[in-house]
Amino acid sequence: MSNLIKVGMADLKVAKAPDVLTTLGLGSCIGLTLYDPVTKVGGLVHYMLPDSTQLKNNSNIAKFGDTGIAELLDQVVKAGASKTRLVAKIAGGASMFQVSNNAAVGKVGERNAEMAKIMLKKFGIRLIAEDTGLNFGRTVELDCSNGEYLIKAVGKPNKVI
Amino acid sequence: MAEFSLDQVNEIYMDVLKEIGNIGAGNATTAIASMLGMRLDMKVPSVLFKDASKLSDAICPEEETIVGVFLEVTDDISGSMMFILKLDSAAYLVSKLMGMPHEEGAPFSEMELSAMQEIGNIIAGSYLSALSNMTNLRIQPSVPYINVDMAAAILSVPAVIFGQYGENALLIETEFGDDVMIQGYFILMPDQESYPKILQALGIPV
Repeated sequence: MSNLIKVGMADLKVAKAPDVLTTLGLGSCIGLTLYDPVTKVGGLVHYMLPDSTQLKNNSNIAKFGDTGIAELLDQVVKAGASKTRLVAKIAGGASMFQVSNNAAVGKVGERNAEMAKIMLKKFGIRLIAEDTGLNFGRTVELDCSNGEYLIKAVGKPNKVI
Repeated sequence: MAEFSLDQVNEIYMDVLKEIGNIGAGNATTAIASMLGMRLDMKVPSVLFKDASKLSDAICPEEETIVGVFLEVTDDISGSMMFILKLDSAAYLVSKLMGMPHEEGAPFSEMELSAMQEIGNIIAGSYLSALSNMTNLRIQPSVPYINVDMAAAILSVPAVIFGQYGENALLIETEFGDDVMIQGYFILMPDQESYPKILQALGIPV
């Protein structure tokens, strides 16, 4: 029996096969997964903002891309994943309202996705799939038995990346 | 005062927002009632004060479809505001405005979306004029942006905006209607430098 483990906003969790990690309704936030296909250890972080160094109030590490991804990497390795085998996938980073001149609304999704790439490059982890941008919400599920990342959106067919 | 965030917000500010919610809902009720030729009642609004990262399921389950209207505000203060409607409430208002029922479960047509945008515009304008009257500050709204999607995705927008300054978010819940009550949420998100201006204008020491 597999458990469905829920990851909230500004939250991260680690699981092993056959469990499934999920986060509901990603908007401009990013749902980044790290997965080791051999030990079948997976992790999911749902972060809201790209950069913790831009803010003074940054105690919640899972709220930010830079600190959240670093912490997730730490935790999946502790749970038995090999850093060299890890692969990453990202989803989310939408712009829910197409407000061009408002940095917090129009561009935050894009900046969140960029931060994922910067951090993954820094840690030497391959980004093998992404479904980001546009203007709709996404519910995601990481199946730790095979690393598949399922993406569900309102009025759209399900997608596996 | 160098920085203000909702982490230090006081009772008076919440009471004022509640009052703006009250007057705003009153204005909106009057405007919609006259547009639709209906008699509308309203309830006293309540304040929802939450951790910004817990907004996803604050008003309904995360994946329930809701309608969000987003506007930017400029002039004496800058920032943004949102008005959120439950899907059934939005469908009801649209069907009243267009004079035909919305097919349950069907996606909204372009025409219905544009009607909803107009309703959002009226509601948002009602709240902003309440805020403007109370503070004597000039507030200019942008065109409204609308999206119909999962609650968590729509609410990630105020979560991120509030989350930039602190840990807390503030929503005003209002209800108005005739035989069917419309449930909506008004969210005011002033920029950091506008908070003290609003508080000062209200005579609250900052």
